[in-house]
Amino acid sequence: MMPATQQVFLDGQEGAATPATETFGKQSAGPAAVVLRDLHKSFGTQIVLDGIKLTVNSGETLAVLGRSGTGKSVLLKLIIGLQAPDSGSILVHDQEITRLDLEALNAARKKMGFLFQNAALYDSLSVEQNIAFPLKRHTKMTASERGDRVKQLLSSVGMESDLKKMPGDISGGMQKRVGLARALALDPGILLLDEPTAGLDPITSGEIDELILKLQEEHHMASIVVTHDLQSAKTIADRLALLHEGTVLIEGSFEDLEKSDNEFVSEFMKRDS
Amino acid sequence: MSHNPSIPHRLIGQDAPPAPSLVRATFTTLWNPINGFFEWFGELGLFSWQVLRASVRRPFEGQELLRQFDEIGSKSLPLVALAGAAIGFVLALESRSSLVHFGAQSMLPAALVYSIIHETGPIVTGLVVSGRVGAGIGAELGSMKVTEQIDAIEASGVNPYKFLAFTRILACILVLPLLTIAADFCGVLFGWIAEALAEPVSFHRFISQGFALSTFRDFLAPTFRTVVFGLIIGTIGCFQGMRTKGGTAGVGLSATSSVVLSSLFVILADVILVKIILVFFS
Repeated sequence: MMPATQQVFLDGQEGAATPATETFGKQSAGPAAVVLRDLHKSFGTQIVLDGIKLTVNSGETLAVLGRSGTGKSVLLKLIIGLQAPDSGSILVHDQEITRLDLEALNAARKKMGFLFQNAALYDSLSVEQNIAFPLKRHTKMTASERGDRVKQLLSSVGMESDLKKMPGDISGGMQKRVGLARALALDPGILLLDEPTAGLDPITSGEIDELILKLQEEHHMASIVVTHDLQSAKTIADRLALLHEGTVLIEGSFEDLEKSDNEFVSEFMKRDS
Repeated sequence: MSHNPSIPHRLIGQDAPPAPSLVRATFTTLWNPINGFFEWFGELGLFSWQVLRASVRRPFEGQELLRQFDEIGSKSLPLVALAGAAIGFVLALESRSSLVHFGAQSMLPAALVYSIIHETGPIVTGLVVSGRVGAGIGAELGSMKVTEQIDAIEASGVNPYKFLAFTRILACILVLPLLTIAADFCGVLFGWIAEALAEPVSFHRFISQGFALSTFRDFLAPTFRTVVFGLIIGTIGCFQGMRTKGGTAGVGLSATSSVVLSSLFVILADVILVKIILVFFS
């Protein structure tokens, strides 16, 4: 018998033979920002995502965990339309992303901010120009308004003095901060973070986590964070989802995952703790 | 059943591939390069269509286009001018000894100018720019691809086919004829210097003799055929760069293949265009 707060949902209809997803507790209130339904994605013969179902509400942070190669980054790229799913539905603010033409998709992308694993700053542009890049193309701001916005964003990530530096001249942690500022430039409703603390030392990782929490409080976005860093997931996420063999094996709070008696979940939590 | 270890397995027949799999393996070995060849052209067609579609939509990325004019045009100018000058100088030296042999050294300016504006200037410019710009575009876009910078551009709602590819291709198209004029000028100038070193002649007289047999029409068609060279260099460089896979090794491969393929297609286009020009403009 499961505790009162625990529910077990089978993927698909009653009696379906697909793997079970354990869902613990309640999702935080607020309208759904991202809804993934029965999402499938393969590369050749390799099935990466095999019927993913997830919902992320506005103001909520979901951490997506899983072993390397389980399709966590692919999941983010599907949400922002960088890759197309084989089948399934992706609703972003009630808009079906998979059916949009390029112009509509670009309009939808403006409502999402994406921090790439290695920040992916444009290395021919300065820090200032990197952050101004989306502002220049999608807003009617004057040069001085843009300059003020860039300074404000850089100040919010603690890098106001590095305006003129080139991406190659700053550290990995600083690049992540600039990437985060760029992702927030258009004030998105959804923030997608691909391993924000990967490759950083524990102190810098902690600083990035605090920064994400602070920005989350300020902007009230729906955030999806892909990470291997359990400590980081514990700090920044309201809810965690563990991907395994193409499906969401378990969903819940950090404590729920820790308490799970599923062998894989226990092993995963033990390894990373 | 045990077997003598000195006898190879395949002689016993245990591990020998059955005949159908041998046929399949041979077929696969032959088919893969052919398939890859057609696949490459198919992908190039799709890429060109995406760029063409993006090119007619706003915004027109004027600032990036200007930056590419500088990168592709201004920064190629010294190399193209030097190549043109060297070709002009050497051509004058080589031609002189041959023409003197036949007592036709007075024909040297005309022969030199004709050779430079008709063929040497355009093809040298095309090949030099293929090397410098093709490699540059292939490596730059390749490294942007493997470091997810192209994904980041797309994720921020900007069309990379327009921002990265169209601006570079258009810059190549517009800049190649201008660079060709520079190469032609340096070739003629250094041809005169080589001639003047052997037998003093004024630049004015050299030019008058040189262009005596050439008309503006002779200059126009060969110079503007480099528009096609620009299209080839820009398209191949961007295409190879944006399809880069496999980290730094992939970037190197993209840079090399951009140079090799764009040079190859420039030479092929030159052969075809010369024939077309001879038919329609002579």
